[in-house]
Amino acid sequence: MIKRLMAEIREYKGASIGAPLFMVGEVVMELSLPYIMSVIVDKGVGMGDMSVVYKYGLIMVICAFLSLFCGIMSGNLAAFAATGFVKNLREDMFANIQRFSFANIDKFSTSGLMTRLGTDATNVQNAFMMILRMCIRAPLTIIIAMIMTFRISPKLSRIFLVALVFLGCTLGYITTKTYGRFSKVFQQYDALNESVQENVTNIRVVKAYVKEDAETSKFKKAAKTLQGLFEKAESLIVLNGPIMSLTAYSCMIALSWFGAHLITGGELGTGQLMSMFTYTMNILMGLMMLSMIFVMLTMSAASAKRIVEVLEEKPSITNPENPVTEIKDGSIDLNHVGFGYYEGKDKEVLHDIDMHIKSGETIGIIGATGSGKSSLTLLLPRLYDVTEGEVMIGGRDVREYDLQALRDSVAMVLQKNVLFSGTIKDNLRWGNENATDEEMVDVCLKANVDDFIRSFPNGYDTFIEQGGANVSGGQKQRLCIARALLKKPKVLILDDSTSACDTATDQRIRTALKSTMPEVTKIIISQRISSIEDADRVLVLDNGSISGFDTPDNLLKTNAIYQEIYETQKKGDDDE
Amino acid sequence: MSGPRGRAMSTGEKLDTKVLGRLIGFVMKRYRFQIILVIVCIILAAWVQVQGSLFQRTLIDGYITPMVETGSKDFGPLAARLMQMAMIYGCGILANFIHQRTMIRVTQGTIEEIREQLFEHMEKLPIKYFDTHPHGEIMSIYTNDTDTLRQVISQSIPQFFNSLLTVVMVFISMITISIPLTLLAILMVFILQYILRKIMRQSGKYFMRQQNDLGKENGYIEEMMEGAKVVKVFNYESKAITHFNELNNNLRDSANKANKYANITGPVTNNIGNISYVMTAVIGSILVLGGFTKLTLGQLASFLALNKSFNMPFSQVAQQMNSVIMAMAGARRIFALLDEEPEVDEGKVTLVNAKIYPDGTVEESDYETSQWAWKHIHPDGSIELVPLKGDVRFHDVQFSYVPDKQILYDINLYAEPGQKLAFVGATGAGKTTMINLINRFYDVQSGSITYDGIDVKLIKKSDLRKSLGIVLQDTHLFTGSIEDNIKYARPDATHEEVVDAAKFANADSFIRHLENGYETQLSGDGSSLSQGQRQLLAIARAALANPPVLILDEATSSIDSRTEKLVQNGLDNLMRHRTTFVIAHRLSTIKNSHAIMVMDHGHIIERGNHKSLLEKKGIYYRLYTGDLEID
Repeated sequence: MIKRLMAEIREYKGASIGAPLFMVGEVVMELSLPYIMSVIVDKGVGMGDMSVVYKYGLIMVICAFLSLFCGIMSGNLAAFAATGFVKNLREDMFANIQRFSFANIDKFSTSGLMTRLGTDATNVQNAFMMILRMCIRAPLTIIIAMIMTFRISPKLSRIFLVALVFLGCTLGYITTKTYGRFSKVFQQYDALNESVQENVTNIRVVKAYVKEDAETSKFKKAAKTLQGLFEKAESLIVLNGPIMSLTAYSCMIALSWFGAHLITGGELGTGQLMSMFTYTMNILMGLMMLSMIFVMLTMSAASAKRIVEVLEEKPSITNPENPVTEIKDGSIDLNHVGFGYYEGKDKEVLHDIDMHIKSGETIGIIGATGSGKSSLTLLLPRLYDVTEGEVMIGGRDVREYDLQALRDSVAMVLQKNVLFSGTIKDNLRWGNENATDEEMVDVCLKANVDDFIRSFPNGYDTFIEQGGANVSGGQKQRLCIARALLKKPKVLILDDSTSACDTATDQRIRTALKSTMPEVTKIIISQRISSIEDADRVLVLDNGSISGFDTPDNLLKTNAIYQEIYETQKKGDDDE
Repeated sequence: MSGPRGRAMSTGEKLDTKVLGRLIGFVMKRYRFQIILVIVCIILAAWVQVQGSLFQRTLIDGYITPMVETGSKDFGPLAARLMQMAMIYGCGILANFIHQRTMIRVTQGTIEEIREQLFEHMEKLPIKYFDTHPHGEIMSIYTNDTDTLRQVISQSIPQFFNSLLTVVMVFISMITISIPLTLLAILMVFILQYILRKIMRQSGKYFMRQQNDLGKENGYIEEMMEGAKVVKVFNYESKAITHFNELNNNLRDSANKANKYANITGPVTNNIGNISYVMTAVIGSILVLGGFTKLTLGQLASFLALNKSFNMPFSQVAQQMNSVIMAMAGARRIFALLDEEPEVDEGKVTLVNAKIYPDGTVEESDYETSQWAWKHIHPDGSIELVPLKGDVRFHDVQFSYVPDKQILYDINLYAEPGQKLAFVGATGAGKTTMINLINRFYDVQSGSITYDGIDVKLIKKSDLRKSLGIVLQDTHLFTGSIEDNIKYARPDATHEEVVDAAKFANADSFIRHLENGYETQLSGDGSSLSQGQRQLLAIARAALANPPVLILDEATSSIDSRTEKLVQNGLDNLMRHRTTFVIAHRLSTIKNSHAIMVMDHGHIIERGNHKSLLEKKGIYYRLYTGDLEID
């Protein structure tokens, strides 16, 4: 996992190396200060030598400024490296997600992918910054301070060894123990939040059934449990402070006692003892930092793992080697096609579909919801691959074509229409980036939406909000049809895409398509019998199998399902 | 805090002292004793800390230097003094421990109290609150706002207090040692504060931009993910990637700048502290050597230690300031919710168990009968019992959610017990509003609605709602078992009653096929079930409640046709002998209604039964034949 992540650093390698190097500089400079200080006190003040004071004073100021410079450089480089690294991560994740097939997306779920691109990436960014700075700083501080104390007085430095072992053990114990307790807290916390969420979204049900009091007492019980768990977890963590003080104060007393002995014995200078006090604090702070880093890294490791999962996911639909880029015509052949979204024969939604469509034909598809109408059309532009048999367009298996070329020739207006934030023109250009104004007006006329667009003061430059919130369902559908027409496809699939339009508009659109695009194969899925009545042939699907595939007139005579649908829908007219 | 430190360093926002005061009041009311204890402990700990720094002077000037000068080897006095120090340190540690332990209690107790109050109050708020506040915003009060508040109560506020005390004590100690060195220390603190404020202002600016950029990027990802099929069908992937990279680069830029400034506050604080330390050391040494003032080596050592303790609180306060300001903004939102006006219920008419005799006399019963009556106590003290039948009438009802935007105009209608009434019309025509008025989620502005002849405003809300069953378009289920969900309205129902209700609603067979049957646990709004199955559970839930009046708001609109048949059967069972209001998108489901109201912009424009409306060849006819869009 770490190797995979490291590969994403790329152009930020320099900064990633520079940041810790400067950090080393900062720590070394900073930690040399108490040592020089001891020289000033013992050689300068102690001996009454003013020149030593000036000389070493100047050195100390220089060290402090160097340390400041190194600190700023390290901070800058770490920010540069970490944000750059995460930029690369996000970029590569997004690019890979764009290559994902729907099977891949379903595996992670949309919200799962959003979390990975958002929160998880931010966590990794903070963790990486910490690694570049604090993970160097903490151990280095401890090591250098230890070396310094050892140089000043090997005897006294033994005190730190004892303190180090004591603190290391207790802090380590507390950290690991609290980690477990906190994960329990977070579970309960999630449950509590879920119950709030539930009450906010379900408030109408709560009020309708007069359950306010019951819900409140349920919530209070959960909140009390959370409080208990929280207190239990924190009762350990608050020991950190007193334990630190205990160690620090013990060191002070031990240093004072043994230091006094050494000084009177002439083995140690007063200034050296003073610097020992300072180093004590440095070492203890370093340890404290280390235990904090440990907690934060364990937390972000989970995020890193989730990111790597996305990066390493192999798209299940890819371009073939030596792809064919030219689609001859709009003829479609389905040869004994079987298909399921999940593995397993019993999960199949289409069984043994065998049908052949000539280029330019208009085909209607009808059947109950869940009979497999939409699934069937998803196979044509290879949004999913068949599990059995083969799908051929223009006489070749769709898996032989270049994906982009294939999808350019198969236009699809989906059941769940989506417009994107941007002007109407921006949205239309999805179909053809270089479309001229005339071409756009032309397709909008065919889709019967030109009048509507012109009714806006800004016409084709009217802004569409995210999800197309400011246009009605029927208008959205017509805009989506226009967008698909701009592609000049060889196969056009309309998946229940006129359901919100009135019957007259529906009729006009179909007539326009028939007369202006005779060579395009048109596949129309609809719940409405009137939308497919004038198709060349109609496919009746039942439970994933072909129930009938014939002209509407023949179906009315032979197919029971078609008859039934026809009866129920035409009944209203008969009531006249 | 006052003076320059009282101002926000990064966001430019001011500290909301009113909210802070209210919060402190909130905590003090419940934990007065604990807070006093904590304050005492903080004072004690700060005092011990200063004693520690001052001890260096005693150690050097009082013991080591004299011993070196006299060559004495008597360590007895030093040992005694060290024992004394150990005791003092012990007190400090103990004080620290008690402070921390007590604060957990105070913090967690306060947060829990706030959560409980929030929830309890929220449950009492009118539907209008939930309709006018985004749910994400309400949620974030419970999560983000209470979280930051917890941190601030447990850490920032004690630390503020601690810092303040330390500064005062250290300052006094420093003055007693050396006035010139103290002046130097103050100068350095001012320089540090000046620089820090500049840095944090920059950092804050870019952090805000980062949040903004992050929001934009998330929005784009969401849009592309939701439109993934369209993206693929139109070969838009590479363009999406290009656009994403553009947004991502912006984010990186602001994140880099924000973090850059945040990262350097540490080194700047540290090293300006170091420079201050160095300058004190050098100038102090000159003072000691030159003999300008009476400064001893021990005093210098103590002063250097004090100097470090003097710098620290200032940087801590600066760093905590932002979180305090953020937390107060959160606290303001918390208090705003708590100050929200709860739903008022001035209704006096209650629902009671009743015995209804064949001759029409009604008598209140104190045990459960299957009959109910409205108990109306008149101002003169007389009690009237009206049998519950389910007769609902609208009289000249006018309504608007916000002034100047009237939703309903002069609505008049009547539903006799057992009748089925349907509403059809475009989104926004006012269908759902009618239902909001019947169960008093909202109140009419003029006109009235009567229930069995009683104005609904006179009926106690809880009793009114108990008499109405409701099945909504989006079925909302609760975490818990399937059985719990079905008996939501009547937690005391037996298992047999639950099964009967499920059978009634056609839900029994699918529940039995689940691995754990009625004990299957649901979570996340029952997301493991299909839309149709959830709908069936909602119907079973309403069936068990057994209300005389039923409201179906688009109950079958998002179900596929095969399941719809199942659901429809369940619904038909439920509607029998019940006054029912139906809002439907698919006209096929309301054909058998006693009356159908076609609504448009708040008016009932056509009414009649299916047959008469078709004969009329008006709007309903055009909708039914698909000549007109319903949207």
